[in-house]
Amino acid sequence: MTKLLDAPERPVRTGGPAGPTPRVSVARRIRNLLTSPKYGPVTVTAVLFVVIFIVGGVRYRGFFSGQVFLNLLVDNSYLIVLAVGMTFVILTGGIDLSVGAVVALSGMIAASLLQTGWSPAVVIPLILVLTSVLGLLVGLMIHIFKVQPFIATLAAMFLARGLCYVISQSSISITDETFVQLAVTRIPLGGNLSITPSVIIAVVVVAIAVWVLHATRFGRTVYAIGGGEQSGLLMGLPVARTKVLVYVISGFCSGLAGVLFTFYTLSGYPLTAIGTELDAIAAVVIGGTLLTGGYGFVLGSVLGVLVLGVIQTIITFEGTLSSWWTKIFIGALLLVFIILQKVLTARRR
Amino acid sequence: MSALLARLVANRLFWPIVMLLVLFTINLVAFPGFFAVTLRDGHLFGSLIDILRNGAPTLIIAVGMTLVIATRGIDLSVGAVAAISGAVACSIILGSPEPANPATVAVAVTVALLISLVLGMWNGFLVAVLGIQPIIATLILMTAGRGVAMLITEGQILTVNSPPFKALGSGFWFGVPIAVIIAAVVFGVAALVTRRTALGMFIESVGINPEASRQAGVRARGLLFVVYTFSAFCAAIAGLILTANTAAADANNTGLFIELDAILAVVIGGTSLAGGRYSLVGTLVGALVIQTLVTTVYTVGIPPIATMVFKAAVVTIVCLLQSPTTNEALSGFRRRLALRAGKGVAAS
Repeated sequence: MTKLLDAPERPVRTGGPAGPTPRVSVARRIRNLLTSPKYGPVTVTAVLFVVIFIVGGVRYRGFFSGQVFLNLLVDNSYLIVLAVGMTFVILTGGIDLSVGAVVALSGMIAASLLQTGWSPAVVIPLILVLTSVLGLLVGLMIHIFKVQPFIATLAAMFLARGLCYVISQSSISITDETFVQLAVTRIPLGGNLSITPSVIIAVVVVAIAVWVLHATRFGRTVYAIGGGEQSGLLMGLPVARTKVLVYVISGFCSGLAGVLFTFYTLSGYPLTAIGTELDAIAAVVIGGTLLTGGYGFVLGSVLGVLVLGVIQTIITFEGTLSSWWTKIFIGALLLVFIILQKVLTARRR
Repeated sequence: MSALLARLVANRLFWPIVMLLVLFTINLVAFPGFFAVTLRDGHLFGSLIDILRNGAPTLIIAVGMTLVIATRGIDLSVGAVAAISGAVACSIILGSPEPANPATVAVAVTVALLISLVLGMWNGFLVAVLGIQPIIATLILMTAGRGVAMLITEGQILTVNSPPFKALGSGFWFGVPIAVIIAAVVFGVAALVTRRTALGMFIESVGINPEASRQAGVRARGLLFVVYTFSAFCAAIAGLILTANTAAADANNTGLFIELDAILAVVIGGTSLAGGRYSLVGTLVGALVIQTLVTTVYTVGIPPIATMVFKAAVVTIVCLLQSPTTNEALSGFRRRLALRAGKGVAAS
């Protein structure tokens, strides 16, 4: 402890009066930050992301560029939207296994309807409404019939995946003008950097989610349900409505993610996005949201997605590593973060 | 009469068995020879035998899953464990000079099963020692396990040409499919060990109230270890059967979604995901319902691609029927009926 305090001789920048010994306070503040169940995991994730990115930059030529970072967003914009929806559900202590299948379903709906000549202006809202309704049904099943979220969303997953096959067994490509335009458009940011429209949509979704969770009553209630549903009920919070709405949000986000995914692939295929629900859950957990609910941030989940993305990028840059290492790395990372969460919450109790 | 009916409906096996009978009836209407079992070339043949044979892997995994769920846990990693055990067995058989030698197959199967014990203990360690939520603890192996399986097969589909290994999946013994015999043995052993000893009761007590059972002197930690290890062991057996059936280890697709089928079988069988009382017979019925459903889709002539939609429908119906809300509504309805009947008797 003393060693740590004596070593750095740099000016301490802390806002406001920081007590008689500001250096102690900084060290303690860092320790408090790392050991808090609220901020600890997300801080570790942020540090980890920066470290991985720097390691990649040192190891590989051309890695340390703005475009590599922006490509993380471009390639994972749909996953970011999914993780946002999943964060809402997990914050209430639930889980949504249907998101991957819903992504595939919305892709199938988009591809098949566009093929028959529907306008994208009708198709996209229709998809969002349908997936929200599916989320609503799941929410009602969970709330009214007391079916566990795991089973209810599992049923929704089977339904969505089954409907994909009913629509078509083979891949349908999308040739619609608007979709193709949205897929190929690059928005220049200056200095050879560019992003896709999907990234903007994802960023807007994240911004709205942050606002909803931290500045609205609904957001407070979501955290309250995760902290203790019974207490929430006794406080007179609209627990029932919120619990159902959370699944509607997840359904909506899955539908939107599906649309973004079709911008990315320009086709609908019933077998796409198998296992994406696990990626979304992993991103949320790595992003520091407690699976028992109550603690977590949307921005943490975004960081989680970026960590998954940067691991994938490194494996691509490495070249000799096979793709299955991604799965093993993600599993190992999950393990580390879950143990970290466990240690942090145990210390607080 | 109505009291008897009420008792029947209240039994948690009632709705699953009704479901199974409904499915059987649909099959019988679509295909009158559905129940016929014939002896051909010394083997039993028939739709029912097919259901049993194809349902064997799901049933085996569901037996292990039942015990895990009874402790208020869940094991998502069974599909990955099945893939790993198939990959291990196939790579050993492929690497040996005589793949058709029964001794080679015995070694391969033994090694695969031993590895599954290690994987199960890993899950048990995470859940029992580190105290991680089961759904997440097993999610780790579910994600990483497929990667490990691909590491073993080096991303390829390993095809083996070994008659003794293939017999595990599609062979017959005294006319009965070997897979069915294995499933029966696993089921029988699990039922005997947990129901003829106090083990089953301990498992239920841990599921109902871990803290109280700890204070009553039940060693939850060891119990959880055993349960997760057994689940992985079952998964490995199922993985071997699945791999032997196609004579190929496919790290990506062996046992894909089988964890969901197994969990469904358990839930349809009336074991609550909240832990506590479990029913192995219920799980048997649940596994049969799922497999019969798949068969029904084929016999009725619905395109098999729609199977998942039907599965969703069955899951939803069974869950809604078993839900406490429905039960309350039903018992309220029955009470009103009984009241009206009582009044009628009094008036006459």
